[in-house]
Amino acid sequence: MNFSKLKKQVILKGGKILDPLANTIKKGDILIQEGKIKAIGKVKSNKSVQTIDCKNLIVTHGFCDLHAHFREPGREDKETLESGSMAALAGGFTRVCVMPNTNPPIDSPEVIRYIVDRSDECPVYIHPIGAITKGQEGKELTEMGAMLAEGAVAFSDDGLPVTDSAMMRNALDYGTMFDIPIINHAEDLCLKQDGVMHEGIVSTNLGLLSSPDLTESNMVHRDLSLTNLTGGRLHVPHVSSAKSLDHIRFSKKNNDKITAEVTPHHLFFTDNDLQGFDTNLKVAPPIRTIADQKALVKAVKDCTLDCIATDHAPHTIEEKEGTFDLAPFGMIGLESCFGAVNKVLVKENDMDQLSLIQMLTTKPRAIMGFNNKLFDIGVNAELTIIDPKEEWVFSRKDIQSRSHNSPFIGQNMYGRIKYTINKGHISVI
Amino acid sequence: MKHRHLLGLKDYPAADIKTIIDTAFSFKEVLERPIKKVPSLNGKTIVNLFFENSTRTRISFELAQKRLSADTVNFSASTSSLKKGETFKDTAQNLEAMKIDAVVMRHPTPGAALHLTKHIDAIIINAGDGTHEHPTQAILDMTSLHEKFGYLEGLKIAIIGDISHSRVALSNIYGLKTMGAEVTLCGPATLIPPFIEDLGVSVNYNVDEVIEWADALNVLRIQRERMRGGLLPSIREYRNLFGITTERLSKHKKELVIMHPGPMNRGVEIDSAVADSDQAIILNQVLNGVASRMAILYLLLGGKFEEGKD
Repeated sequence: MNFSKLKKQVILKGGKILDPLANTIKKGDILIQEGKIKAIGKVKSNKSVQTIDCKNLIVTHGFCDLHAHFREPGREDKETLESGSMAALAGGFTRVCVMPNTNPPIDSPEVIRYIVDRSDECPVYIHPIGAITKGQEGKELTEMGAMLAEGAVAFSDDGLPVTDSAMMRNALDYGTMFDIPIINHAEDLCLKQDGVMHEGIVSTNLGLLSSPDLTESNMVHRDLSLTNLTGGRLHVPHVSSAKSLDHIRFSKKNNDKITAEVTPHHLFFTDNDLQGFDTNLKVAPPIRTIADQKALVKAVKDCTLDCIATDHAPHTIEEKEGTFDLAPFGMIGLESCFGAVNKVLVKENDMDQLSLIQMLTTKPRAIMGFNNKLFDIGVNAELTIIDPKEEWVFSRKDIQSRSHNSPFIGQNMYGRIKYTINKGHISVI
Repeated sequence: MKHRHLLGLKDYPAADIKTIIDTAFSFKEVLERPIKKVPSLNGKTIVNLFFENSTRTRISFELAQKRLSADTVNFSASTSSLKKGETFKDTAQNLEAMKIDAVVMRHPTPGAALHLTKHIDAIIINAGDGTHEHPTQAILDMTSLHEKFGYLEGLKIAIIGDISHSRVALSNIYGLKTMGAEVTLCGPATLIPPFIEDLGVSVNYNVDEVIEWADALNVLRIQRERMRGGLLPSIREYRNLFGITTERLSKHKKELVIMHPGPMNRGVEIDSAVADSDQAIILNQVLNGVASRMAILYLLLGGKFEEGKD
């Protein structure tokens, strides 16, 4: 990937401008001047202007990820805000929300401030998600008001479920004052026990400790009920099971404060892929059955699921090279996201391109209340340019993250990010 | 032999299992001789890499290796030193650097044997990977059954006890199904793995019905710590429902072969009188264990592989 400053004037020439907000696709040019959108439509070029040929490419809003782990502060050996930013740009993401399970956790206004200040220096807009409870311990609420004032955009104890139902109720109740999303990693740890994969015929085949889909769906059901009780806003992260989808679909009928995300890996893989004991496929919640995978695709199409989020979770090679029981949960996912979801949803399941791009742009931005008018004249250019039909194989050299724990390596992808323009810079991928 | 390694019996070819069993019978004759040693693996070096305590499996392998004139080294690593994932890779690569021919490995984690094949070139024999597979035990069990009955196809085998935590059960299921035997599992519902019937086996919680049906019972060890996990209420309850007791067997007027992979909890899953009775072939299993492991080592280290396979 080549990362450089944008020239003073840049023309994106002859691309298909896909506006996910206006629901339109029009052929045209975009003039960017000093990092801002200057004109859209037919733009005359001259010699002093840098021209990027966008023929047969889609030009659209920069992607927005609601769920990433950039490991800073504490585990900079796995990822930093800078290296995570480069991974994001490689995947077409211009804006990323980072989870608070760092060391120390992002559980105070001071740490929020630290992330916000540090992200100013980064080529991607980074928004911290604050912890729901101090130290992610599930015992005391964090100072949500002060954290929001410093730049927190949502709250989650991600990685650790809020097990105590009263605490979850309090978080949703307290959150109503600010109208911000509460995100709970839904796994009933009592039912999960030491499970390292989905409970099914494959776990029986492999002799691995496993946990059933109810581990997730029971807690999702609880959270949905508490949302109805409190009037709070709930965003359900990384939904993995058909049963959870049934609960979400039902609750959404009467409650518009519920949103949900799905990861590329839960859409792409099934538990069958764990037959080779690949520790890169050890994630929480686990990769589930082909029936769950099909249910996720259906839920994307019927809008039960609102957006794609990567749950980009870097881990060191040493950790992932250990045996299956000792390897940590998680995989990286920013760089491989579009090629994976575009393949599963657009190529294999006939989803239309525009709807998919909305799940990567306008829909996640709406959940967090970010500006969605990215094609307005004068806004900072936050754009992603895509070849929607390129067939390619994801490889290690496509990874910008400090970690390489990706089961997508060697997988066929469909559709590829070509350029990402953000914060006055352009990444040529 | 189709596969270079012996990692498990899932998808292991029937013809190769048959070859191993036939070869085991030849080696059993060797073990009956006054001089029990043959030079088959002279000059080969085998490491017994045990990350988990084991007495009988390790001794059985060691004897098999010595009877075949291989050079052997034993490596026992405590599980506490395993907490860092890199230890495993480092250990493996250190062994590789010392130019060895094969590794026999016991490890507490499912998939560990397959994992080892990714780090070193030596032939790997799985001596038990957590709750996944224990293929040599299943082969010695099948050798013992074949010796007793003269065939495996159509035999009715019941596996009784803690199936969930048993690598012996899983390997036996794979092997026996491949060889055309019928398998019924019997044990507390909390100790039967989910979806196990998808492997083509039956589950029956009524041990008396199972005894009536079976040609042979393979009785597994019940570990007392399962009670702590809320999986078993008490040993008394287990014995009442599933114990292979003298009293229970005396109700059934039929010939029945009794097997146990050891180590036995006498008085828990099996009565002493049953274990020591004429219908038990438990000590035959032990001797067949040496013969079967000789066969496996001989075929994998000395034999030829089909071109282009694995």
